[in-house]
Amino acid sequence: MKKVVRGFYSVAYSVKLCKPNVICAYPITPQTEIVENLAAMYANGELGDAEYITAESEFGAASILVGASAAGARVFTATCSQGLILMSEVLFNAAGMRLPIVLVNTNRALSAPLSIWNDHQDSMAMRDAGIMQVYVENNQEAHDMIPQAYKVAENKKVLLPFMVCMDGYKLTHAYEPVDLLEQEMVDSFLPPYEPAAYLTTEKPLAFGCYAPPHIYMEFRVAMQQAMERAKEVMLEVFKEWAEVSGRDWGGHITLDFPESKIFVVAMGSVVGLLRKVVEELKSEGLSVGLIKIRTFRPFPVEELREALKDAEKVIVLDRSVSFGYEGPVSIDLKSAIYGYSSAEIYSFAVGLGGRDMPKDFLAKIIRDVAEGKEKPGFAFKGHQEFEEVIP
Amino acid sequence: MKIKLNLGAISEPLQSEKLKTGDWGTHYPVVDKERCTGCKTCMQYCPDFCIEVKEVGKERYAVVDYNYCKGCGICSSVCPFEAIKMELKDIFKV
Amino acid sequence: MKYFGSGHGACPGCGLPIAVKTVLNALDGKVFAVNSTGCLEIISSQYGKNAWGVPYIHSVFENAAAVAAGVEAALRAMKRKDEGHVVVFAGDGATADIGIGTLSGAFDRNHDILYICLDNEAYQNTGHQQSGLTPPGESTTTTPAGKVLPGKVGRKKDMISIAVAHGIPYVASSSVGYVSDIRRKVKKAVKFEGAKYIQIHSPCVTGWGIDGSIAIKVARLAVETGLYPLVEFEYGKLTSVRKIKDRKPVEEYLKLQRRFRHLFTHEKGREMIELLQRFADENAERYGLDLKKE
Repeated sequence: MKKVVRGFYSVAYSVKLCKPNVICAYPITPQTEIVENLAAMYANGELGDAEYITAESEFGAASILVGASAAGARVFTATCSQGLILMSEVLFNAAGMRLPIVLVNTNRALSAPLSIWNDHQDSMAMRDAGIMQVYVENNQEAHDMIPQAYKVAENKKVLLPFMVCMDGYKLTHAYEPVDLLEQEMVDSFLPPYEPAAYLTTEKPLAFGCYAPPHIYMEFRVAMQQAMERAKEVMLEVFKEWAEVSGRDWGGHITLDFPESKIFVVAMGSVVGLLRKVVEELKSEGLSVGLIKIRTFRPFPVEELREALKDAEKVIVLDRSVSFGYEGPVSIDLKSAIYGYSSAEIYSFAVGLGGRDMPKDFLAKIIRDVAEGKEKPGFAFKGHQEFEEVIP
Repeated sequence: MKIKLNLGAISEPLQSEKLKTGDWGTHYPVVDKERCTGCKTCMQYCPDFCIEVKEVGKERYAVVDYNYCKGCGICSSVCPFEAIKMELKDIFKV
Repeated sequence: MKYFGSGHGACPGCGLPIAVKTVLNALDGKVFAVNSTGCLEIISSQYGKNAWGVPYIHSVFENAAAVAAGVEAALRAMKRKDEGHVVVFAGDGATADIGIGTLSGAFDRNHDILYICLDNEAYQNTGHQQSGLTPPGESTTTTPAGKVLPGKVGRKKDMISIAVAHGIPYVASSSVGYVSDIRRKVKKAVKFEGAKYIQIHSPCVTGWGIDGSIAIKVARLAVETGLYPLVEFEYGKLTSVRKIKDRKPVEEYLKLQRRFRHLFTHEKGREMIELLQRFADENAERYGLDLKKE
C-alpha cells in the first residue's frame, strides 16, 4: 500500500512488522520521531507483547538491548551522532558478544561545534566496531532494509549487530511515497528469532567472559570471518528481498554506466541527486558512471575492484573525514583497489554538518576532475576560505 | 589441530572446578573431630566452598576438600568451638 | 547442584564468593546473574574457566543495571519471568561511581531486579583506588596518605539513601560478616515486585591490608562500631535495624587494617579518626543502632 509518509514512519512501521520483543528509546534529533512513532504504536497496543523501554541514555539503551538480546529477544533502537558515540563502548561489546542487535542511525554530524545536521561522521566513528553498516538512499530503501537487517544479523553464519544508516533530515524528515509492507509478507520473509544460544536457567551459559592472550585473538578472527560470511548472506537476502518485494536495491554496490572512464562514488541520500547529475553529464558526452556503496561494512572490496578495473579517474565523495588523513570511504576504496586499478583517486569531503550540496556544486566537481582542473589527492569542497584567529 | 571456539566467548557452567586451587596457600585447616559439633558455621563462611559437614557413621563433623582450600583461615576464625586449627604446610617448614 | 563453583580466582579470604554463594543459595539458583566488570567478574568468568552455575552475563563496567533491565524486559516480553530472578552483582565503584546513571535509570523504571552492590570500598580489581564508597581517612593508591593528606578526604557516598530516594520497594545493607542476615534479606527482597537494592559490605584482604583469617572479624567490627549499619527499608520506610550491644570505638576496627594504619601516626590522623567516630555516632543516632540498656 503506497502512502506518503515521513522517513521516521517508514522505519517505525517496518520495525513493527518485524515484531521485536524489546525496543529501547532515547531521544536525539533527528532520530526521535522513529521511537515516538513506536511509542504511539506501543500505547495503542499495536506492538503485541513487546516491551518498550525509555532508557536513561543512549548508553543505557544499548546496554538494555545487550541484556535483552542475550536473553533471546529480537531488539531494536535508533540513535545518531552524540548518541551513537555514547553507545560505542556497548556496541563494540555487543559485536564481540555476537548479538544480532538491529539499530537505525539517522546520520548526523559530531560536536564540536554542536551540529544537528547531516553528515556521516557518527557512523564512520563506529567503523571498526564489528557492526554491519548499510547506507540507504531513500525512505523506501530504509523501510525495506529493516526486515533484511534482521534476517542477515540473525543468520547463524553471521550473528553481528546491524546498523541501517539513513541521512538525518534529508531522509528522516522528508515526505516520500513509500510502498508500506504487509505483515503477511514480512512474516513469511522473516521467521521468528530463534537464538543460537541465550540466557536460560535450563542451560546456564555465561556470556561476556574475558579472554586472556592465549585465546582472545581467535574471537576477533571469528568476527572477521563472520563479516566475510555476512557478505554472502547479504547477497542471498538482498536477492530474496528483490523477489518477494519486487524491489531490487542491488548488491553491496550499485553501478550506473559501467563502461565509463570516470566514476563518482558516494553513499546515502546524495546518490539520488548524483544520479541526475551523472545522467545529465553523460548526455553532454562526459564518460562518467556512478557507484553507490550500500554496504560499508563488510566493505565491498571485490565489487569495487571489478567495477573500477578499467577506470581512469575515481571521485570519492565522503561525508566525513579522518582528521590528519582524508575521507574514510576514500581510504578504504584506495586500499581495496590497490594493485587492481591504475585509476587516479580524487577524494573530497563534502556536506559536513548539513552543508548544502546542490546539483551545480556536484556537477562542477565532476567536470573539474574530467577537465584536469583538480589534482588527485584529498580536498574539502563547499567550504568558505578562512583565516583562523584566536579571539 | 583445530580447537573448539565457542561463539562470542560464551562459556559452559562450573568449569572453574577443573582448577585446583589447593596449592595456593601456606597453611591448611585441620578439624578436631572431637570438638566439631557439625554446626556448619565454617561451611557458610568458606569463600572456596571446600569445607562441608559430613555424617560418618554416627558422627557429624567438618571435612575439608584440600583440592580447593586456599588456606585463608576463615573457617578456623569463625568456628564457635575452636575445632579448626591452621597448620603450616610441610614444604614451608624450614 | 552448585550455583558458583570452587576453583574461582578470588584471593584467599575474599568476601565476594561468600556473598555470592549466599545470595545464589538463598534463591535456590533460580537466578540470571548480571555482573559488572570488576573483581568478581575477573575471578569467575574467564573464558573456559567459568565459575557460574547459573546463567550469567557481563557486558561492560558501568552498565550492569541496564543489562539487567534488558534481561528482565526480555523475560517479561517472552513470558519467561518464572524462570528466575534477575540479580545484579556489581562492585562499589561500578554502582556508586561509573554506573550510577544506569542504576538510577533501572530504579526509576522500577524493573523487577535485585541489585546487589558488593561494597569492598575501593576499586580493588585495578589495585585499590578510591571510589565513592571509600570511607574518609582510607589510604588508597589514588588517595594515598602523604605528608600533607591523611588519605581520602570527603565522605562515603550514601548509596542507601540514594536508592531509597528512587522510591523502590526494598533497600537494605548487609555484611559478609553476617551471612544469615544476607540470606534473610535476599529472600525477603525477592518477594517485592520491582527494583531491590542490597549493599553488602565485603572485606578485601589485599586492599584493606588484612589477613584472610580475620576477614570476618573485621567485617563484623564495621557493624559493631556503627560504621556500617545494617538497615532495611520497605517502600522508603525504615523497617529494621541490626541493634548493637555495647558499640565499640572505631579505633578497634581501624587499627586492624593497613588502609587506616597511617591514621595512628599521621599529623591529621586523630582528626580523621574523630571524623569517622562522628560518622559512626551519627549512624547510631539516625538509625537507633544502640541497644538501650534496660
